[in-house]
Amino acid sequence: MKKLVKLLVSSLLVAAMAIGVCACAGGGKSGGNKLIKVGIINNDPNESGYRTANDKDMKATFTEANGYSASFYYSLKNEEQIAAAQKFIQDDVDYLLISAAGTSGWDGVLEQAKKAGIKVILFDRTIDASEDLYEASIVSDMAKEGEQAVSWLASQNLSEYKIVHIQGVMGSSAQIGRSGALDTKVAAEANWSIVTQQTAEWSEETAQQITQAVIDSGETFNVIYAENDNMAKGAVAALDKANISHGVGKDVIVIGFDCNSWALEELLAGNWNYDGQCNPFQASYIDDIIKNGAKQKVVIMEEKGFDAATITKDDVTKYGI
Amino acid sequence: MTTSEKKISTGNSAKGFFGKLVSNQLFIPLAALLLLVIFNLIADPTFFKISLEPSSTGYYILSGNLISIIDNASELAILAIGMTLVTSASGGQDISVGSAIAIAGSVVLRIAKGYSAGISNGQFAGMIIGAFVLCVIVAALFGAFNGALVAFFKIQPMVATLILFTAGRSIAAWINNNENISINDTRFGYFGNFLPGIPIPTPVFISAACMIIIAIVLKVTNLRLYSQAVGINASSSRLNGINPKVIKLLTFIILGACVAVCGFIKVSRTSSITYAVIANNIEMDAILAVALGGNNLGGGKFNMTASILGAYVIQFLTTTLFKFKVSSSAISAYKAVVVILLIIMSAPVVRKWFSDLKNKRTAAKAQVRKEGA
Amino acid sequence: MEKDAVLEMRGICKYFPGVRALEQVDFTLREGEIHALMGENGAGKSTLIKVLTGVYPKDGGTVWLKGTGSAIHIKSPQDAQSHGIATVYQEITLCPNLTVAENMYIARTKGAFTNWKKINQDAGKLLDELGIPVNPAEQLGNCSIAVQQMVAIARAVDMDCKVLILDEPTSSLDEQEVQKLFKLMRDLKAKGVGIIFVTHFLEQVYEVCDRITVLRDGQLVGEYIIEELPRVQLVSKMLGKDFDDMAEIKSDADAEKVDYNGTPVYQAINLTGTTGIKPFDFEIHKGEVNGFTGLLGSGRSESVRAIFGADRVVGGKVMIDGKEVKIRKPLDAMKHGISYLPEDRKLDGIVGDLSVRDNIILALQVMKGFFKPFSRAQAEAFADEYIKLLNIKTASSDTPIKSLSGGNQQKVILARWLLANPVYLILDEPTRGIDVGTKVEIQKLVLKLAAEGKSVTFISSEIDEMIRTCSRLVVMRDGKVVGELKGNDLNQNKIMATIAGGESK
Repeated sequence: MKKLVKLLVSSLLVAAMAIGVCACAGGGKSGGNKLIKVGIINNDPNESGYRTANDKDMKATFTEANGYSASFYYSLKNEEQIAAAQKFIQDDVDYLLISAAGTSGWDGVLEQAKKAGIKVILFDRTIDASEDLYEASIVSDMAKEGEQAVSWLASQNLSEYKIVHIQGVMGSSAQIGRSGALDTKVAAEANWSIVTQQTAEWSEETAQQITQAVIDSGETFNVIYAENDNMAKGAVAALDKANISHGVGKDVIVIGFDCNSWALEELLAGNWNYDGQCNPFQASYIDDIIKNGAKQKVVIMEEKGFDAATITKDDVTKYGI
Repeated sequence: MTTSEKKISTGNSAKGFFGKLVSNQLFIPLAALLLLVIFNLIADPTFFKISLEPSSTGYYILSGNLISIIDNASELAILAIGMTLVTSASGGQDISVGSAIAIAGSVVLRIAKGYSAGISNGQFAGMIIGAFVLCVIVAALFGAFNGALVAFFKIQPMVATLILFTAGRSIAAWINNNENISINDTRFGYFGNFLPGIPIPTPVFISAACMIIIAIVLKVTNLRLYSQAVGINASSSRLNGINPKVIKLLTFIILGACVAVCGFIKVSRTSSITYAVIANNIEMDAILAVALGGNNLGGGKFNMTASILGAYVIQFLTTTLFKFKVSSSAISAYKAVVVILLIIMSAPVVRKWFSDLKNKRTAAKAQVRKEGA
Repeated sequence: MEKDAVLEMRGICKYFPGVRALEQVDFTLREGEIHALMGENGAGKSTLIKVLTGVYPKDGGTVWLKGTGSAIHIKSPQDAQSHGIATVYQEITLCPNLTVAENMYIARTKGAFTNWKKINQDAGKLLDELGIPVNPAEQLGNCSIAVQQMVAIARAVDMDCKVLILDEPTSSLDEQEVQKLFKLMRDLKAKGVGIIFVTHFLEQVYEVCDRITVLRDGQLVGEYIIEELPRVQLVSKMLGKDFDDMAEIKSDADAEKVDYNGTPVYQAINLTGTTGIKPFDFEIHKGEVNGFTGLLGSGRSESVRAIFGADRVVGGKVMIDGKEVKIRKPLDAMKHGISYLPEDRKLDGIVGDLSVRDNIILALQVMKGFFKPFSRAQAEAFADEYIKLLNIKTASSDTPIKSLSGGNQQKVILARWLLANPVYLILDEPTRGIDVGTKVEIQKLVLKLAAEGKSVTFISSEIDEMIRTCSRLVVMRDGKVVGELKGNDLNQNKIMATIAGGESK
C-alpha cells in the first residue's frame, strides 16, 4: 500500500514537473550569424486567453525564417523577470523585449542593457523608468477601448439607456479604462442610467449570478456592458434562462471585450452587438521597430471595435484570439 | 446525517427548549439563514417571488432569487460534504479544491470537445458518462495525492494542498493545450442548467443526489465514527485497529470525487472553461461552510447537515449582496463583516459560553427545585 | 474565622452541566499544617482546588484568607497568586528551556531591565535554604522531575505564599525523591506555611499530614486529625461503604487451577521489537493472570506493546493456541482475541470528544468491519450494559468521555476491551492515577475474568497490586527479561531483589 502511494506521489510530481518544463520550452536555438538575437520576457501564457494569443503571435513572428533567434522567458513575478533580463544581457542578445509583471524596479537592469548596447522594447505594459532607457513602448489604451465602445453605444440612439455594468477585477488597468469611459458618459447624459454595477472578477458564473439577481428582482434594462467576453457570456446565459432576447435588433444590447474567436462568432450570429478589441498582436509592431527603427517612444496600438452589423467571417479569423 | 441531531434532542432533559436549540449545532446556520430571510423580507418582499416562465429553450422553468440560491449553492454544498470529512479526519483543510475543479472540468471538456454536436442521444449519454467517470478518476487521484502527502508524509493539509493550489490551474490549462473550448451541443449544458421539460435546475438534483449518497454512506459504513476517532485521537484509533492513514487518505479521495462533480457542473453551466477564473476562491467558501456549520476546523466531531446548510447560507448572502447592488469596491468588506459575525457566533468557544450560561441557570434552578422538595 | 486558620472556605458550591461538582463544602487550613485533601476521583478535590485558585468561578459560598478582613473573590490564577495562594501541579507548568533561576523569577521582575546576576544569586540562596540540590543556572529541562517540582515549590515559597497547594506532586517521583519532597514540605510547615496535599497514596498521607479532609460526590464527609482516623476508616469514608480488605481479593482466584502444561493461549518466541527491548520469549495460559514488572523504562510496556503489535515487530514467532500467526498491527492482534489497555489513558486510550457509547463500542466495531456499523439501538444496548456492569458514573452514554473523571474514563476503556470479548487481555497500568475504590474494583475484575478462563497480563507500578493479583511475574530490567517469579517467590523482597539484580536466582 505504502509503496503504491509513494509511486503515485512520485509519478504525479514528475507529471507536475513535466508541465513546468512545457511552460519553459521553446527556448531559442543559438542563432546563425545573420540572425537577430532577441530575448523575450513575457507573463505566463496560461494567465489568460489574451496572453496565450500574445505568446503565439510572438512565437510566430520571431522565427528563424524571419531572421530572428529568439529566447523566451515566462514569469508572473517581477523579480524573476528582472533576473531573466540580466541573464539575457549576459547572453549578449541584440534586443530585449519585455512585458513587465510589475511597473517598478527595472531601472538598474535597463541601464545595464543600455551600457551593453542592447536595445529594449516594452510591449503590452509600461514601466516606471526614464524614457531614455528603452527604444519604444507598445501598449493598448484601455480607456480608448472603453471610449470606442461607449461612443458606439451612443450611436445606437436609444431613447433610454438602462445598463447592467459588469466589472472586471477592481483596480486592474482594463477595469479602470473600460469602467471609466462608461461612468463618464452616464454622468453626462440624462437618459443614461446604471441598473447595477458590480464586479464579477472576470468570472462568467459570477456575471451570470449578478445578471440573474437583476432579472429576479424584476428590473428592466436594455444594455449589458461586460468588461470581458466571458462575463458577457455569463450575462447572456442569464438572459437566455429568463427568455429575454438579446443581440441585433433585440431587447438587450450585449457588449463584450477582448475579441475571443467564439465571442466574434456570437457577433457574427447576431447574438451579441459589439466587441471591443484588446489587441494582443504587438509582434508586428516590434518587428517593424527592430527593422525600421522607432518613430515614437509610445506606440499605441490600433484597436478595433466590432459591430455585429458589419463584422465579417474574415474578421473573425483575423482578429479572434 | 440525522443521528447527531437526534442525539442532541434526546440529550439532557433538564435543558429547556431554548437550551436545546442553542446547543444544537444547526442553530447557527439556521439562525443566520433566518436573519437573511427576515432582512430580505423587510427590505424587499419580492425577493422571494418565484415565477414559472418559459426560457429561451421554450420550456417552462422556475426562476427567482430562491431558485438562483439553491441552484448556485449546489457546487458549494457538494464541496462542503468532502471538506467536512477531510476536516474531521485530518484536522486541516484542502485549499486546492478550486484548482482541482479546474482540472476536473478541463478533463470533461477534453473528452466532450472531440465529439460533434450531431451524435445521437445514446452516443451522447455514453460520451458524458465516460467523461464523467474519467473526471472522477482524475480528481480522485489528485485527492489521493493530497491525501498521501497528509497521511503518509505527515504534511499539514494546508501546506500539502498548497502544491496543487498553485499548480492546478496550469495543469488544467495543459490538459487542453490552453485552448479556449466552447461546446456547441446544447445537451452538454443540461447538467449545469435545465433538463428539457424540467422546471428545476439540474444542479439542484445533482447536489441532492450527493447528499443522499453521503447520508447513505454515513448510515451503512463507519465513516463517521472512524474519521471522527482519527481526527480526535489518531494514536488511540490506531490501537483500536483503525488505520488512521487510510482513513485520512479516504476522506481526501471522497473530497476528490466531490470536486469532480463540481467540475462537471461548472463546465456544463457555461459549456466552456476559463482556467484562471473557474471556481475562483471556492476553497475559501467551502472552508467557510464547514466553519459556519459550527464544526471544529481542528478536526474531530462533525455535523454534515450543518456544513451543507452553511453552504446555502453563504450563497444566500452572496445573492442578497448582488440583489442589493452593493458596490463592487465594498462587496468584499460587507461579506467579511457578515462572515466574521457568523464565525464568531459559531466558534466553539462562544457556543460553549452560551451553553455554560444556560447550564449554570439550569443547575441553579435544579438546586432550587431540590431544596424546595 | 478560627484564630490560627490561614484559609477558610465555607459553603462552596460549583455546578457543571448536569453535575453538582461541589455542594456546600467547607474547608479550613491552619497555619503550619499539612492538610490532606482526600476523595475518590470525581469526588470534587480538583474542583475545590480550581475554585480556590481562581480557575473556576464559584457558584456559591465564601472564602476568607488570613489578614483580609472580609471575604475575598478570587477571579483568576494570577489573582490567587497575589493573595498568596500558590499551586504546584502534577504536570510541571514551568518552562523546560529556561534555567532554574529564570523559571523562579519569570514574569515577576519589575521594569524593563533585569539583573540576571543578582537573580542567580538570590535563587541560589533560596535553593540552598530549602536544601534543593540544583545549580540555579542549570536548564530546568535537564533536571529530574523531582527537582523540577521542588523548583516550582521554591518559586511559590519565594512569592511569600501563605497557602501552598500540592496537587499529586509525588506520582512521578521515586521513593528517594518523595522523601526529599517531604523534607521540604516539613521545612515549609515549620515556617508557618499551610500546605494542601492532594494525593492517591495513603501511605504518604499518613507519613506527612496532620489533618485530612474527605470529600465524596462533591460533598464534605468530614475533617479529621490524622491520629484519630485509621486507614481502613479513611478508605471507607472515601468510598462511603465498608472497605473490603484488599488482602482478601485474591482468595477467590485459584492459581492452582491454571494448567501450565497445556498449550499456551499465547506464546511468543524471540519476539523482536524496534523500541529498544531485547528479543524475548513469553507465554500465557488459560485463566492465568501474569504481570510484567520492572522500573519505569525497563521495557515492560514496550514488551506488551510488541505483543499487541502496537509498535513495529521485526522478528520472532507468535502462536495462538499453538498455531503460528502473524501479528503486525493492532487489528491482527484484536482479531486473534487479544485486547490491550494502553498505559497512557489520555494519549492512547480515550477518544476525548466522542461519547462514552462510541468509546465503548469502538474496538468491537472496528473488528466487525467498516461496512457493518452497529445499529444505534445495538450500540446503546452495549453501552448501557457495560455502564451498569462496571458501574461507570456518567450522565448518559451520550456524554463525551473527556468530561468523566479519570477512574471512570479508565472503566470505559476497560468496557471497550471487555466488549471485544478477548481471550487474552493486556492491562498496562489500569490503576494508575485513579481512586482507591476503582483500583479495587479493577483488581477484582481481573481475577474474575481469570476465573472465567480468560488470560490476563496485568501491569502496575504498585508492587502490592501485582502481588495481590498476579500468579506469575515477568521481571524486566534494561529492556531484558531478567527473571520469572511465581508461587512463594511472589513477595515484595524477592521482587525487589530481582528488579535490582544481584544474588537472586
